[in-house]
This record gives sequence, structure tokens and C-alpha cells, in this order.
Amino acid sequence: MLATPPAPPEGEGPGETVASRFAFYQRAGGVLTPLVTTVFAFFIGGLVVLLITHKNPISTYKAIFNGTGLNWFFPWISHADRINAAFNLQSTLLLTTPLILTGLAVAFAFRAGLFNIGGQGQYAAGSIVGVWVASSLTGMSGFPHIVLAILLGSLAGAGLAGIAGFLRATVGAHEVITTIMLNWIVFWLAGWLFGQQGPLQTSRERSLTQSNDIAPNTHLHVWWGNPILQGLHVGFFIAVAMLVVYWIVLNRTTLGYEIRAVGYNPEAAGYAGIDVRRAYFLAMAISGGFAGLAGVIDVLGWKFVLSVDDVQGQAGAGAVGFLGIAVALLGRNSAVGIFFAALLFGALLNGTSDRHLDPAVFPPTLAENLTLLIQGLVLLFIGADILVIYLWRARRRVVPRKLARTSST
Amino acid sequence: MSTYAAPVRVAASRLTEPRGVGLVGIFLGTLAAWLALPPLSARTLLWPILVGILAVAAGIWTVSRGAGRVGWGAVASGILGIALGSLATRSSVGHLETVVIWSALLASTLRYATPLTFAAIGGMFSERSGVVNIGLEGMMLMGSFFGIWGADKTGSWILGVLIAMVSGMMLALVHAVFCIQLRADQIVIGTAINFLALGITGYLFTDIYGARGIPANVPEIPDISLGGLKGVYFIGPIFGNLNLMIWLSFVLLILSYVVMFKTPIGLRLRAVGEHPRAADTVGISVYATRYAAVITSGGLAALGGAYLTLGFIHNFDQNITGGRGFIALAALIFGKWRPFGAFAAALLFGFSSALGDHLPDYFAPGSSVPQLFNILPYALTLIAVAGVIGRSIPPAAIGRPYVKQ
Repeated sequence: MLATPPAPPEGEGPGETVASRFAFYQRAGGVLTPLVTTVFAFFIGGLVVLLITHKNPISTYKAIFNGTGLNWFFPWISHADRINAAFNLQSTLLLTTPLILTGLAVAFAFRAGLFNIGGQGQYAAGSIVGVWVASSLTGMSGFPHIVLAILLGSLAGAGLAGIAGFLRATVGAHEVITTIMLNWIVFWLAGWLFGQQGPLQTSRERSLTQSNDIAPNTHLHVWWGNPILQGLHVGFFIAVAMLVVYWIVLNRTTLGYEIRAVGYNPEAAGYAGIDVRRAYFLAMAISGGFAGLAGVIDVLGWKFVLSVDDVQGQAGAGAVGFLGIAVALLGRNSAVGIFFAALLFGALLNGTSDRHLDPAVFPPTLAENLTLLIQGLVLLFIGADILVIYLWRARRRVVPRKLARTSST
Repeated sequence: MSTYAAPVRVAASRLTEPRGVGLVGIFLGTLAAWLALPPLSARTLLWPILVGILAVAAGIWTVSRGAGRVGWGAVASGILGIALGSLATRSSVGHLETVVIWSALLASTLRYATPLTFAAIGGMFSERSGVVNIGLEGMMLMGSFFGIWGADKTGSWILGVLIAMVSGMMLALVHAVFCIQLRADQIVIGTAINFLALGITGYLFTDIYGARGIPANVPEIPDISLGGLKGVYFIGPIFGNLNLMIWLSFVLLILSYVVMFKTPIGLRLRAVGEHPRAADTVGISVYATRYAAVITSGGLAALGGAYLTLGFIHNFDQNITGGRGFIALAALIFGKWRPFGAFAAALLFGFSSALGDHLPDYFAPGSSVPQLFNILPYALTLIAVAGVIGRSIPPAAIGRPYVKQ
């Protein structure tokens, strides 16, 4: 929020909500600020390339861009290039798929005024349950087995986030703290489950700290590209469908209306007869469901197996669950925005991976860290809304007053 | 006369109150786990289960008498106690007694706790002034890279530690500018800080050290050898040969307590975090106080990071802090935003890390069960914020940007 209410904030919980802040964003910046912010972040990333490694930032970015496969959309590239670009684009969209879902997870909670920072834990919970269901029950036929894995995996994510939502609703424990704690509980649980002599450890090799492979008939169908070389699976469409579901739930259902009302002003919503506690719980559970779904889809789509390193190695800030925060913020919580933000970050991740970046132009190990830098910068600029503040100064003087009045009521 | 009798009566009636019974239940749950560990090391499952069930029963009774939070806490602690106790009894008992040399475990606890202590006390300054610091992890990471880099380049661990502190403070300055001046959402910025630190340290590490890794001859923070103490039973092996930074963390602990609660500076800082408008009215600069607090927190978190690479692990790898900043945050919250509370929590969490580290020795070798001990810090913090055992209540104005009027 850009203004504190004049009254002393005693015992009323966090008054200025993320959602009302976003209402301000939407009015002040539109689609231009995310675009300018992204360009700005890339510009600074380019400066880093130039200053530290003395490489040409333009050719570096060009190589990254070619690694993303987005040049597939250009009509003028040659046939050979197109084959290569198609391969790259499939990988980019593979990474975009979970990012759409984790972005939706963060965005959905944002709309209720909650900050779900536990996307990574919910993603992990989803993939753990997904891999467990898909690797056991091998007698089941393919389609129901997939549906069951997806359902239970999403439920695991929803349950995990639901704990945080429940604690927020009943005792007012801040969801940022509880979701961080739940994240780490899941990471270490995975270490036990898939670790040596753990209950879900693979029966193939006692020193391997990973799960069993999922049953072959639970692999998601690859509709574009070579299944052996990680083509694009149908999970992409599930993610896109979830974008629509997200929009419908928020804008066309009573629950969505209630969640948005609670997000703008929980007290006013409470006085209007909305059950704020229920809204908090459901918002967190649905949010976690999206992140859990991302986890299952990755397991069924291209991972097929889950290792301890897979879960714990992603505990750092660079993982898809945390990236969801950047996706939601950059996409301004709108379905369309989230799609493009997820595509941007998916492309960035893929373009800088060592499989897709030409090492002659720029070493991929460096580029991966460059990606982290750019992600951090995007978050920093978007989070502060620097550009809104400095490019739309006139509006800044008008709008916060109005918001301050509404949030202090 | 009645003035003397009253406290006794109050104490007696407290024990029969539902809340008191619940607390006893929580205690029993803890006991259930400990029964199976040395020096008691019950050999059968019977004792942990029996005591654990008692704890659960006390909890349920408490819940039915209306003290829900404490009651559920007792139930949870009873179940946890049974689980942990049965895990420990399942391990080979004979092995247990010989390998758990308590002093070694406690010395290891101190080593694990120290980075957490530094970062948690740093976080206390920031959060007490009203600025949420999720970026502790990132600031710690900066300290751990720049500490070892500085020590490598300058050939002196002292300069390395100083460079680490400066790097942490620089990143904290970014956090401060965005959170205080630009009034951004502090959690978003904290997340961004973590991304940035991961990117900066990873980039520089691969660029400077690349495939070679950190050279082996980087100067290290020395251990303090207390010759006279070495022979003393039990104490000697624990305190006889500790790293300088561990002793420094004790000093910092006392210093931060004095500054925070016994000096005008601390009073001002807490006033800014509880009620910035009132503090502003009496002439305290809210912005300056918060800037100073956040930058201090960055410096301290980086110290913790520097200890990690220069005094503990003696190496650096990408994302070497691996969530320690978040455990420090948990310790801070569990310790109710107080120095000694945070330190006690850091010790407890350090102990669970040490257990996780040493337990493979006496569980069936290679078993992944000890990983479960790493859950303890997070589970306990979760219980604490849910308000079971003495609810953790944050400073009133935390997370709110201040607008001068």
C-alpha cells in the first residue's frame, strides 16, 4: 500500500492489502508498466553482462532468444532453423506450463489479499503425491490412473496451503510465515520418503535416493515433438484451461466475488455479510491446488520420476514455485497477463539452460545466474512499482488519498 | 500475610486449570520423545507410547474444557513424542549409547546454531523497527560468498569478514530503499532480494572460480583453544575448541539485548516498530531509524554467512545457505522477536540439525529417517505462530510502510 491509515493500526491485522494495491496498479499503469519494467530489467541485466564479462549483451540476448525457440513464429527463418526452433519452443512451453499454474496460485491468493509464498512446497507436495499414485496402483488403466494422480496431487497442494489458510482464518497466523514453514517441512519430508530406506524409495537400486518410475501408461500424451526428446505434452492445455477457470471463478462466481471483496477490504466484506474466514481458507486451498497441479503435471509430463535432489535442490529462490510470485506480479493477477509473464520466464529459463544456449556466445552456467538476476530485478521494480511512481507522479498524488480513505474505514 | 499466600494459591489453581493441564500434556509429549534418547534410552516402545498417550489424553481433556489452543498443542506434542520415541527405539540401542557423545553433539549444536543466531538477531533489528525481512537468506548468502572471496583476494580472514558485512549491508540498503523510501510491499522485495543474492553470488562464483572451485588455502576464521578448559569433564570438549565467531555470537547476543532493551536507541527502534506515528510525533526519525535497523540486519546476517563459509564449511557453492536464512527467521519468530528467545530457538534448531547430522551414525547406517529431525524447527515455529505455546505476536507496525504527514 502506498499510504498508512491515519488511525493507529492496533489489533486490526494487516489493513493495507495486496489486492487494493493491485487495484491501484491497474488504474495507474495498465499494460505499459510491466512491459517497460521488463525492458528495464533486461537492460540492467545487459549492463551486467557488459561490465562483468565484457561480452556483447546484444549478441548474448540474441543467443538466448534463439535458444528459447520463439523465432519459430517468424515466417522468414529457414527450414532447418525451424526444426531446431520447434524443438526449443517445445522446451520453452514445457517450462511455461508449471509457471502458468504457480503464477495462478500466487495470483489467486493475492486476490484475497493473501500472500502465498509457499508455492514451491505445494508444487513439491503435488509432485510427491503424483509420483506416488502414478508409480503405484500399476494395475489401473491409463486414463483413470492419470485423473486420479492429478486429482490427488492437486488435493495435496490444496491441503498444504489449506493448513496455512485455516491458521490464518482461525488464529490469524500470518500466511507468509506459515507457508514458508510448510515449504521446508515438505522438502525434508521428501528427503525421508525418497531417501535411503525411505518408504517411497525406488526398489531398483538401494543407493538411489529417488522414487520409482511412474507407470508408462500414466505418461501424458505428447502432441508436439518427439516423446523421447521431451516433446510438448497435453499438460500445457490443462494449464491454459486453468487460466480460463481462474478467470471464471474470480469474475463469474459468488465465491470469486467474495474473495475479491475480502481482498479489497476484509472488514467491509465482513460487515457486508461475507464469511471472511471461509474466503481465506478457500482462497488458500484453491491457490495451493493450482501449485499442486503444476507439480503433478510436471511429474506426469516429463519428469516421470522424483528424486530427493529434485525436491530439495529446488528449495532455493530460483525454483518454479518462487517464480510464480514474479509471474503473478508481472502478469498483474490477470489471466492473460499471467500467460505472457509465464511465457517470458519460461523462455528465459529455457534460453539460458545449457541445452539451448550456444556456449560459444555466452557460458550457460553464467546465463542461468543472469536469469536469476533479471528475475530479481523484475520483482524489485514491479514490487515497488517504481515506474508507476515516477512516470505517473501526478496520479500518485491523487490515488493514494482515495485508497487511504477507503482502507481506514 | 495474604500477600505471600496469594501467589502460591494462584500457582496451585493454575495447575488444575485447563491451560495448566494442557501445558503438562505438552511437557509429557516432549518427555515421550526424550525417554527413547540417551541418557535414558528406553529400550521398548512401551514408555514413549504410554507417556505420549497421557499427553494426548491431557490435551483432549483440555480441549473439552475450552482451552483449545493449548489442548491441541498437547495432542500434537503427544503424537510427535510417540512418533519420535518409536523411531529412536527402533534404532540399534547398544550403538546409541556409545556414539551419542553428548559433548560432541552439543559442540556441533553450537556450530549449527551460530549462523542462525547472527541472522536471527539481525532480523530482530529489522523487524522490531517495522520492516519485514524475508531477505535474510539472501543477505546471508551474500556474506558467505563475499566473505570467502574477500578472504581469498586479500589473504586475511578479518578483511574477508568485513567485506562480507559490507556486501550484506549493501543488499540490505537496497531492501531499505525499496521498503522504506518507495513503500513497496516488503515481502515482495524480500523475495526479490533472495533472487538477486542467488543471481549475484552464483554469477560471480561461476565467473571467478568456475570449475576450479574455491582454492584450498583460503584463510579461515581461527578456533579459540582454551587450554585450561580442555581437561574438564563434559565442559571441555564442548567449549574447549570453539570458533571465534561462536564466542562473538555470545557477545553479540548480550550486546543486542542491552541495546534493544536498556538504551534509548533500542527504545526508539521499538517505538518506531510499534507505533511509528507516535514516535514521529516525539521527534524520532522513523525513516532514519528503519534505515539503520535494516542495514544492521544485513550486516549481521552476512556475518552469519561469513561464519558459514570461513569458519564452518570452509567452502562455497551456489546457494550454500540452503534455507538457513529461513530457519533464522523461524528462530526469530519462535523466540518472540527477543534476543535470548531467538538464541534459545537457534540452539534448539541447531540441535535438531546436529541430530540430523549425527544420527545416521546410530540409526541403521544410510537411513533417511534422520532427515525428519530437520522438520523440527519448522513444525515448532508453525505451532508457535498458531499460538499454542505462548503465541508469537509480531511488532504492531510490521510490514507497514510509513508515510510522513
